[in-house]
Formats: sequence, structure tokens, C-alpha cells
Amino acid sequence: MTEAVRVSGLTKRFGDFTAVDRVSFAVSEGEIFGFLGPNGAGKTTTIKMLTGLLEPTAGSATVAGLDVRRHRAAIKSRIGYMSQLFSLYLDLTVEENIELFAGLYGVRGARLTKRREWVLEMAALGRQRKQLTAELPLGWKQRLALGCAVLHEPPILFLDEPTSGVDPVARREFWDLIGRLSEEGTTVFVSTHYMEEAEYCHRLALMHGGRIIAMDSPGALKASMEEPLFEIATDDAARAVEALRVSQGILEASMYGREVHAVVADEKWGREHLPVLLTRAGLECRSLRSIAPSLEDVFVSRVRRAGAQE
Amino acid sequence: MFAIARKEAIQLVRDSRSMILAFLLPMLLILVFGFAITLDVRNIRLAVLDESMTPESRHLVDAFEESGYFSVERYLDRHGEADELLVGGRVTAVLVIPPAFAADLAAEGTARVQLLLDGSDANTATIALNYADAISHDFSSDVLPDWRTARRSISPELRVWYNETLESRNMIVPGLIAVLMSIIAAMLTSLTIAREWERGTMEQLAATPVHRVEVIVGKLMPYVGIGLVDVALATLVGVFLFDVPLRGSVSLLFAMTFLFLLGALGFGIFLSAVLKSQVLAIQASIMVTYLPAMLLSGFIYAIANMPPFLQVVSYAIPARYFITITRGIFLKGVGIETLWGSALGLAVYAVIGLGLALHAFRKELA
Repeated sequence: MTEAVRVSGLTKRFGDFTAVDRVSFAVSEGEIFGFLGPNGAGKTTTIKMLTGLLEPTAGSATVAGLDVRRHRAAIKSRIGYMSQLFSLYLDLTVEENIELFAGLYGVRGARLTKRREWVLEMAALGRQRKQLTAELPLGWKQRLALGCAVLHEPPILFLDEPTSGVDPVARREFWDLIGRLSEEGTTVFVSTHYMEEAEYCHRLALMHGGRIIAMDSPGALKASMEEPLFEIATDDAARAVEALRVSQGILEASMYGREVHAVVADEKWGREHLPVLLTRAGLECRSLRSIAPSLEDVFVSRVRRAGAQE
Repeated sequence: MFAIARKEAIQLVRDSRSMILAFLLPMLLILVFGFAITLDVRNIRLAVLDESMTPESRHLVDAFEESGYFSVERYLDRHGEADELLVGGRVTAVLVIPPAFAADLAAEGTARVQLLLDGSDANTATIALNYADAISHDFSSDVLPDWRTARRSISPELRVWYNETLESRNMIVPGLIAVLMSIIAAMLTSLTIAREWERGTMEQLAATPVHRVEVIVGKLMPYVGIGLVDVALATLVGVFLFDVPLRGSVSLLFAMTFLFLLGALGFGIFLSAVLKSQVLAIQASIMVTYLPAMLLSGFIYAIANMPPFLQVVSYAIPARYFITITRGIFLKGVGIETLWGSALGLAVYAVIGLGLALHAFRKELA
């Protein structure tokens, strides 16, 4: 497979602050590649460097085979970009927004007619075409923004937290569209801080503090977690987390809804000691079971391991 | 480029605030300035103490009244009253005609009258004095036999060129066009670009292959259009409502407006691209363009009367050149052969304004 994006040692510093620290990876054509990490992890900065919006401080990157430093303009016509903020013109109608971006990307004439109808159909906005964009629900606006970003049929699509603030149903629909684009051969580069969204990606890079701390398919990432994970039901999850965090032998404890997730070094040790630790803290251990890790668990565990190495 | 221009035009039409700023504000300003701020002095309140009570003295009072510059408010009986009225500010001037007025006039051909003026408004007082002087001069030539006036060997015949009646309105309206364009251009563009930054749409634009020249030119087009329409409206109001003469070439006026707008709009774009906030950009544009255009361009205060330092500063103010040009075209009817210096000033400004705008975008846009 050919590479759509190749990044090596990419770094961005703002004054003393290193937002992106020697990041390297490659994305294959047609892949859905996800950047997962909390706000401030450097996801947006990396995307901005790849889309030609920011100049890298060090390192190199090619997008669609073009160097991001030397071919900014050429790259821009080969990619679609949808930013974190909803950034279409609210005071234009659906159709006017589509036509504006068509103009900006040089889509004209018969191709414009065809692509406009395609976008309206894909975003299911055919009946809203004359409506002001401001009047649409956020989820619909996002579909329109996606439509405008792929209007010129770019081989690579960059989506920076495309679904922030969108309700789960609309988010699900949005990911269906992304899946469809990927099946048609578009490379999708997406950042998110929603763990459940990360599951849709073919491959994930976990970002933390400007670095990639793990990179693999969601399944492989989950399988890679060696330490056993327990789900504990207790009467006071918050206090249980506090108690476990200060206890010897507990690698990680975090709240997960009303339950507590605890990572320990050894399964047998955990099964024996966890109830004891809780009882000692004056808490009731209602149930204890070993579970398969979610991406969030993997993420938390990787962040801890990265921290330990420093 | 046309896609941006079209989008900008649609946004403008939909944004009632911008439309008000673009069309209503200039019209309001030109009406306010045209009607209210005439620097002319009219209807100076005059009290008359006529101690002569002769046909000649009444004739003189009539001459004052008919001039239109004075309106006789009161007839007085005693000198003491004159004091009271002047101190109380109820009249600006008191005309005292002595008892011997008619007799002196008949005997010697000259007679003295006294005009008491409230000097606390020096400007009005000076103007009133000049008017009074002119009226009495006319009066003497009217009533005196020819052979006597002929004895006045030299009597200067003054004629003011270009603005014969010295109507300040004639000065204000063409100057106002320049000031208006300064405001409109800077305000509208500073809003439009800063808004794109605030809403994040500029980033979306920046991610497209569109070139910064296209963005800037596309953005400029609708505003140049608005500016030209504003000038047309202001010219119509000036000529038909305020009777301001338009002696020069209309197409030259528009060509110069175009040149001025390029610079002013470019500068507005630069400000908003640097500041990235609508509020800051509009404040900065008022500080940097509107106030200097108002105060230092020669619109209200003649540049020749400014302290030398400010005279030098005024060279850096584009409205100065534009005002020279609008006044030249309206009042003097001169063409590019006379105005080329100022036109050059505007051209330099346009290059600087657009250059700054382009420079401000170099980081974000290709």
C-alpha cells in the first residue's frame, strides 16, 4: 500500500512550550487513522502542520507525497480539512456555502452541479438547501461541513475533532459517512477525545503531552495491555479510588461510571488483595471481576507507563 | 476570488448592521454636517440704539437687516441697555447711531456709527465686524452722490474665488466625502475580517488552496462597490440638496475614490488581520483613520494654520490628499494635471495599504 501521509520527527514549539514533540508515523491510503488524546495533547497542532496552517519547528512531513514546507499550496488542493470549530458561514444558506467552497477549490460547471447534488444527498440536506446554515442543528451543520471539505474529492481528509458537541446519534451518523468515504478510497485522518469514536478507526495513535505514546489498531492496543484489569462495584466509588491510589501494588485506579477500574501487576494478587484494601478503607466490595480493557483503560495505562519512563 | 466576493456580498446584504453602517451612516453624517455644522455666521442678533431717528439712520438699519447676516432683535433707548444685553448674551452686537449721523452725512459725506460686539466668541465677532464693515461700505456708496465716493482714491474690490459666497458648506461637503470614505472603509473591512477570525472561518479559508491575493481582492470588491455608491449618493445630496457646485470631472472623482478606497480598505484588512478581534479592530480603525481624517486632514482646520509638527504629520494622512482632490474637483473644477501630486499620495497609500494586508496574511495563507 502507498503512503498518504509520512511524518518523521515532526516538532512544533511555541516559545518555551513544545506542543508537538518529535512525532513520527505513516498513514496508508484509504486508512482511517485516528489521533486520540486529551485536549492539549498536540493533536490539533499536528493536523495544522500537515494541512499547511502552521509551519513545523523541526522534522519533516509529506502529505500526498508533497513536502509540507515547500508545497503548502499544492497540498491544500489535495486535502479536505474540517476544523474543530464549526467554521462554515452561518449567514449563508446550505447551497451558498457549498458553492463558496466549490469556488475556493476550483470546482466549476457540470462538476459543480454533480458534486453539489452529491453533497446534499450525502449530508441528507436536500430539503434544507435554501435554509440559512445558522438555523440547522449542530449535527446537520457538521455533515454540511464534511460535505464542503470533500467537495473537490480530495484523496486525503483531515478532521480535527469533527464531532465535538454533537449528540451520540448524530455522531454515529457522522461516522457512517466517514466509513463510506474510506470505503471509496479516501484516507481519513481524524482526531478525537471520544474513546468510543476511536473504535471506528483502523489505526490509532495515542497522544499525550505532544508525543505519541502508542500506535496500533484499537484491537491490538487493547490486547497489548498486559496487566490485568478489575471492575469493582462498591458503595462509594470516589472514596474507593482515593483509597486504592495510595495503596501499594495498585498500578492505577479510576472511576468508570459508578464502578471502579483498578489495574494491578498480577491477577491472583488482585483477586486476593483488592477486597481487603477496600474493607480496610471502610468500604464494601460488592463485586469484583476481571474484564477486558477498553481503549480508555489502555490510554490511562499507557500514559502512566510513559510517565514512569521519564 | 469571485466566489469570495459573492459570498462577501451576500453576507453584507444579510447583515443589517453592516448595511446600516454602509449606507445609512454616511447619509446621516452628510445631512448632519451639511445642515448643522455650517461654519458661517448668520442671523447675528443685533440691538439698535438709534439716537439720530432720521430717514438716513433707518435706512442704515434696514441695510443691516436686509443683508441676512444680522437680525434686529431690539430697539434701545439708553446706552445702559446695550451693556445689559451684551453681558447677558441676548444679543451679539449693538449698533449705535449717534444723534449727529444724518447731519454729518449731509455735511461731510462721512458719519460715524458705533458697533459694540460681544468678543467672547472671537470668531463670530470678527465675522460680524467684517459683515458690518461691508454693509456700511455698500451703504455709503448707495446714499452718497457719485462725485463724493469718487474721491476715495483706492477702494479694494475683493472677490473670493471658487467659493464666492464663502459658504462653508461648499468646503464641508466635498471634504466630508473623504472623511466618510475613511470611516466606512476602515470600519467595514475591519469588521469583516476580524469576524472571520473570531468565528474560525478564516482558518477554513486558509486550509483551501485559495491565494491570499484572491482573498483580499475578493473581500475588497464588494466594499469598493459600496464605497463608490456612497460617494455617488453623497455627491447627489451635496449637489442637489446643498447646492454645492460640482465643476470638475465626475469620472476623475470616482477614479480617485477608487484609489483612496484601495488604500483605506487594505489598511482596514491589515488592522483586523493583525488584531483578530472585531472590537479591537473597529476601535483601532477609528483611532488610526477616522480621527486623523477628521482633525488633521484639513477637513475642519486648515493645514496651513496647524503647528509645524502637525503639518508634517498631515502628510501621512491619506484623507489629506483625498480632500484636496475632492475640493479641487468640486469647487475648482481642476483635473489630474493639477491634482497629480495628491493622486500620487493616494497611490502610495494604496500600495502601502494593500502591501500591509498581503503581508499580514503571509503566515496563514499561501
